Amino acid sequence: MIMKHELKLYCDTTRLADLRKFLNNILQNTSLTDIEQHQVTLAVDEVCANLIIHSHGCNAREFINVEVEKENGILKIEIVDRGEGFNIIEYKEPEISHVKATKRKGGLGIILVKRIMDKIEFEKIGTQNTCRLFKNLKSK
Amino acid sequence: MLKIETKHDSNFTTLHLIGEVDASNSVELDEHISGLVDSGVQKILVDGSALEYISSAGLGVFMSYIEDFQEKNISLVIFGLNERVYQVFRILGLDQLIQIKSDKEEALRV
Repeated sequence: MIMKHELKLYCDTTRLADLRKFLNNILQNTSLTDIEQHQVTLAVDEVCANLIIHSHGCNAREFINVEVEKENGILKIEIVDRGEGFNIIEYKEPEISHVKATKRKGGLGIILVKRIMDKIEFEKIGTQNTCRLFKNLKSK
Repeated sequence: MLKIETKHDSNFTTLHLIGEVDASNSVELDEHISGLVDSGVQKILVDGSALEYISSAGLGVFMSYIEDFQEKNISLVIFGLNERVYQVFRILGLDQLIQIKSDKEEALRV
């Protein structure tokens, strides 16, 4: 069975709480443990926060589409926006020690995403950017 | 939503984090810690027992003070984190860089 859920997320960081609520509602009906659900929500929050701040300059008139789909034991989260885009695959995340030494407050989010998710894809077609996050669901 | 309560005791100050820290409000956490550093506090306890969520924006705030704290001889100890939030610190290995204790008694012993 395929289940699809969609959210139009406006580019305002205060909307991230709505995104988390949206994800929590969907994820609680999966076989993911409580801790895994929390982490997947965090990974999606990180990708969207990054886009809201860096690609859209917190312009609340712009938006990101988030689509969650469960199919064949895999949870797929598709994050689509228009604009410059952020290629998460090519981005070279900093070393944790470097983050500490330079007192930079960014860079940790993408490390979290890459450590939490099982597979990540990025695709740019024209001005449309798609980031896909995958998590394997255990069979019950 | 994030609420931060500050309580001063004779030899330590407690920051009680209530709710969620994300990209929309991590600056509030930053301002509170920065204020304590400026006021010359030597020991900061962070009560995380009512912290439901923290994203990299909040984790980055703690990270950004590690060296300052070492230079100024300030100790910061986080306690009371629920398992979900604690695991987020662990994914990044921050449990090795920041003192995290299970309860206030243990935190005070640091």
